[in-house]
Amino acid sequence: MVSIVVCVKAVPDPEKADEIRIDPVTKALPRQDVPLVINPLDRNALEAALQFKEGGKVHITVVSMGPPPAGKVVKECLALGADEGILLSDPAFAGADAYATAFTLAKAIQKLDKTDCILCGRASSDGATEWVGPELATFLGIPVVTMVREFVATGDERWKVKADLADGYRLVEVEMPAVFTVTKDLNTPRTLRYSGIIKARKKGITTWGLDELDVSESSVGLKGSPTVMSDLTYVERKSTCQFIEGTLEEKADFLIQKMMEVGVL
Amino acid sequence: MIDFTFTEEQELFQKAAREFAETELAPHVPAMEENDEYWEPVIDALCEAEMMAITIPEEYGGLGLGYVERLIALEEIARISSATAMMMQVGGLGIAPILVFGNEEQKQKYLPGLASGEHFATVAVTEPSGGSNPKDCSTTYVKEDGKYILNGRKCFITNAHIADVQVVFAADADDPSTHSTFIVESGWEGFKATHIEHKVGWRGCNTGEIELKDCEVPAENLLGPEGKGMRVAMTVISDVGRGGMVGCALGIQQACLDASIEFAKERELYGKPISYLQAIQFKLAEMKIDLEAGRLLGYRAASIQDAGGNAGNEFAVAKYYTTEAAQKAAKMAVDIHGGYGVMQEVDITRHLRDSFVLGPSAGTSDIMKVIIARWVLS
Repeated sequence: MVSIVVCVKAVPDPEKADEIRIDPVTKALPRQDVPLVINPLDRNALEAALQFKEGGKVHITVVSMGPPPAGKVVKECLALGADEGILLSDPAFAGADAYATAFTLAKAIQKLDKTDCILCGRASSDGATEWVGPELATFLGIPVVTMVREFVATGDERWKVKADLADGYRLVEVEMPAVFTVTKDLNTPRTLRYSGIIKARKKGITTWGLDELDVSESSVGLKGSPTVMSDLTYVERKSTCQFIEGTLEEKADFLIQKMMEVGVL
Repeated sequence: MIDFTFTEEQELFQKAAREFAETELAPHVPAMEENDEYWEPVIDALCEAEMMAITIPEEYGGLGLGYVERLIALEEIARISSATAMMMQVGGLGIAPILVFGNEEQKQKYLPGLASGEHFATVAVTEPSGGSNPKDCSTTYVKEDGKYILNGRKCFITNAHIADVQVVFAADADDPSTHSTFIVESGWEGFKATHIEHKVGWRGCNTGEIELKDCEVPAENLLGPEGKGMRVAMTVISDVGRGGMVGCALGIQQACLDASIEFAKERELYGKPISYLQAIQFKLAEMKIDLEAGRLLGYRAASIQDAGGNAGNEFAVAKYYTTEAAQKAAKMAVDIHGGYGVMQEVDITRHLRDSFVLGPSAGTSDIMKVIIARWVLS
């Protein structure tokens, strides 16, 4: 039996991003205002695990850190086909940056009997640091390959994967267990099915807090986070339209000048 | 205290239905609009997504869920394609009498295939003379040598050419005031799906006629007690049929509201999006009021149904309210969209056409008022 852990983050629904408001004091994103969904790229990670499961004996454990409402997202993962869910939820975990999140996830994964492979989405749709996967691997002392777009060869002690580069891809052979962060090009996540939701009735979600992970309060959450948020602001996307007047030559000259001004010519 | 919220599991069912509708179903919609007889891939998708298994008990291969879950699915599907929701809802209408009135042999024989999608169902009640007064039914049966021989014609039958399991309502040839229902398989001799109807809306939703010419039905396919056909037909039409129409209507309302909000936020007039204009805001508000009220009526009726109660009257109210509201919402959506609202490539025109087919299906608004008046006067 191969044991795969999929790290999943509950994020505010990206389709309702315009409804998200930044708390002017804490600079946090109040999660209760917008429905939480599975981070889209984590769904690709889960899909990869589910496809491995279709090909052999695989046990999938979903691990997520978040407040109790994030349990809904874990439940959704179970409905999609994961076998077991672990929610890391404790008031002490609140305010964690990528470092403290990776530390907490690592502590949870170390508590599991056996882990052969860890899959994460490349980035979250809200924080988008892309750090959790690599930091998780560091805490666990195992290799990491980021931006995986294809699992070329799996099953042995060494896996071969294709991972994105800016202008191509890397073909990486890695010793297992390892952490892989995946891109959306890896697969097309399956849709929820009614029967999967019914099967999930019998699958449990275990909640672990500070005590279960046996970690100090100062190492997790806001206290364990070296990142300090200096500011968080809205990005205003504004576009304007200017009609070019004049003869054809005048219009062309004007257009060339404008293009040179913005540096595309 | 009354809890008006979905359970966490029902929220997941809603999400599942929405994902199915948006990813699997939506790509078929242009083809349905293009070709009025494009239904096979849609039916395949519905069955593959387990949508026909929702109300069938698990012991017969179904999901063992209730009519609230069915309404959730229908609403989400209708938001993308009410034509598809109609085929699904009438498929469920064909399953319901077997669930409620079928004996164990009939359930064992038909339900597993209907749950898996190997078979598809419908109910055939309406005739050329109309459907609101089934007592005038001219399709007849006679009992001969332990079999029933059916003769007649049914029209405006949703899934006529798709369903291979059809629950047919017929009158006793010797006593036209006595009616019975039969499970008829489309492959039997004497059964033929004939004319295909082309409607103003719901393109791609199969509607047509069936012809029964000396169609021999084995005695074991009598559904419910002989002579109690009116009860069989009316029981399912009044709750499963009208409940299904509520789902179709709510989906159209939501689609019209969504499209109108998006358009009103983008379309600028007098230097501002038209969503700033009170005339537009009032239309959006009315659409939202109707949608919320319709949902309360529909889901309350479905809850009564799931609790084992008779929700026929409540569904008549919900059917009337939501189908009228869907037409109103589609008209207001067209108004909000201005010139774009009458362009064929804009979905609003499809919703407008579709909303007008909601009325006569499963009983017109006037018939709903007759039922409601009978209820309040009883």
